[in-house]
Amino acid sequence: MTREAAPVRAPRLPPDPLAVGFPDAMRAEWVKLRSLRSTYWSLLAGAVLVVGLGAVFAAAYGSYYQSASPSERATFDPTTISLSGVWFGQLAVGVLGVLTITAEYASGTIRPSLAAVPRRGRMLAAKAAVFAAVTLLVGEAASFAAFFVGQPILALKAPHASIGDADVLRAVTGAGLYLAALAVFSVAIGTFIRHTAGAVTAMVAVVFAVPTVLGALPASWQRAIAQWLPTNAGSSLWTVQRPAHTFPAWTGFGVFLGYTAAMLVLTFALFARRDA
Amino acid sequence: MIEICNLTKRFGPVTAVDDLSFAVLPGRVTGFLGPNGAGKTTTMLTILGLERPDRGDARIAGRRYRDLPVPLREVGSLLDANSVHGGRRASDHLRYLAESNRIPARRIDEVMGMVGLADVARRRVKGFSLGMRQRLGIAAALLGDPPVLMFDEPINGLDPEGILWIRTLMRDLATEGRTVLFSSHLISEVALAADHLVVIGKGRLIADTTVQEFIRSGSQRPVLVRAPRAGELAERLRRAGAEVVVVDDGAIRVTGMESPAIGDVAAGEGIALHELNTEQASLEEAFMELTRGSVEFHAHGVGDRAGEGR
Repeated sequence: MTREAAPVRAPRLPPDPLAVGFPDAMRAEWVKLRSLRSTYWSLLAGAVLVVGLGAVFAAAYGSYYQSASPSERATFDPTTISLSGVWFGQLAVGVLGVLTITAEYASGTIRPSLAAVPRRGRMLAAKAAVFAAVTLLVGEAASFAAFFVGQPILALKAPHASIGDADVLRAVTGAGLYLAALAVFSVAIGTFIRHTAGAVTAMVAVVFAVPTVLGALPASWQRAIAQWLPTNAGSSLWTVQRPAHTFPAWTGFGVFLGYTAAMLVLTFALFARRDA
Repeated sequence: MIEICNLTKRFGPVTAVDDLSFAVLPGRVTGFLGPNGAGKTTTMLTILGLERPDRGDARIAGRRYRDLPVPLREVGSLLDANSVHGGRRASDHLRYLAESNRIPARRIDEVMGMVGLADVARRRVKGFSLGMRQRLGIAAALLGDPPVLMFDEPINGLDPEGILWIRTLMRDLATEGRTVLFSSHLISEVALAADHLVVIGKGRLIADTTVQEFIRSGSQRPVLVRAPRAGELAERLRRAGAEVVVVDDGAIRVTGMESPAIGDVAAGEGIALHELNTEQASLEEAFMELTRGSVEFHAHGVGDRAGEGR
């Protein structure tokens, strides 16, 4: 630390803007996001999981295809198989999304943040928008990479898809969109719960635990409930061969967006009222 | 100018701020004084819109904080110096604040220079001492060059040189015509740094006055008198309306009459005085006197706990 502080009297700033708004809040959130190393590590981990596990699944399913039953062969979905890593990569997005807000509570930066942007809805919307935009870019890049890495691996032993096939481009693009929506969902959960551990647990529960627990229920219940689970509904968008008892692609994604919107509205209402 | 009007804030059954009203005027340093738990921080958080009052409100230049169009250019605040993400570089902490209020980036270097952190601006905050964090928090407060500044316990963690620096800084900011409010539970610090005092205890206003006035009003200053004929003098003074306590043979303590009047009485009676000494009431004494009964956490001697189970 420099011991001698310079004289206090400061040169005047240029004239005040009349008001600051949403774009300024977004620029601030962008600085916050890119100034932490955890952002880079989490997104890198997410991308590696999407692409790497996509390749592993492609290899495994490719081998399995040889011994698959005719009905299994009929519903074989090379696009979705190569995107399987999204199920795991989404955890990195979810955890990072939770952290963008819980880390503010944990470190106390929520106070200077809200002193700088006292309109709380604006601050939260800017945070969600910036993180969703970054996730969309990384998610699309990872999804396309997973597709183009996975298909040649599948092609060794099984049918494969090409990007021009029906619904394939929608599914690959959809995986990135799904991750971006999940980004907003996770920011909302983080804001709702405020504590990192609790919010990460909730996130994992929504993404993993609930679908797993559901697997233990009777089949008839599963059929009724499974498609309504947020991530199951959302995953319809990155599926080409639609399995029985699932939503059509955009309907399913719409359901997921509905959950996200509901979570956001609830969170906005709470966040606007709570003491920071 | 900051105006607090009938502010009340409860946390469950605890009333942290109780119908508090005062104004902080520009051009002078106002010390915000009170024992721990008196409600100083809660009041400041409410001014910034970070906590919602149950009743009353706080206004800056007539507006609520959340209605300020460019808040950081109107109010600079340091709350908790530790409210910084350790993984972020010091300059990035200021950068996001600057971006949010459209403050040019060169201003970040300026304020870093002003607080003496220019050399460590690119370092991550987790390696900073409390004193460095205080300076970073002050840099953040100065970022928008605001006419109103508010510091919560700015002296915490600073070394003597740092304390002198912040004192001078606040003085300079006030001289420039700004409104400066800082809180402290250290009375002596407030006496040195502030022109004006707002004292609260248990969330209520106890005093809103100058430092000198506060000391005067807080306690009556007794006068110690030594005289060979002390007993006789005591009698005369009592008759003149003073309260007199005999300290020992030849010394009395007089209250309710100031030393010139005592001297006059003695002269009138032809009594020689060997000592006539107004005992200085310290700011501490005045503070203790005024906040008695409004201290949230009393210290108890070890003996008080005897017999209590663990």
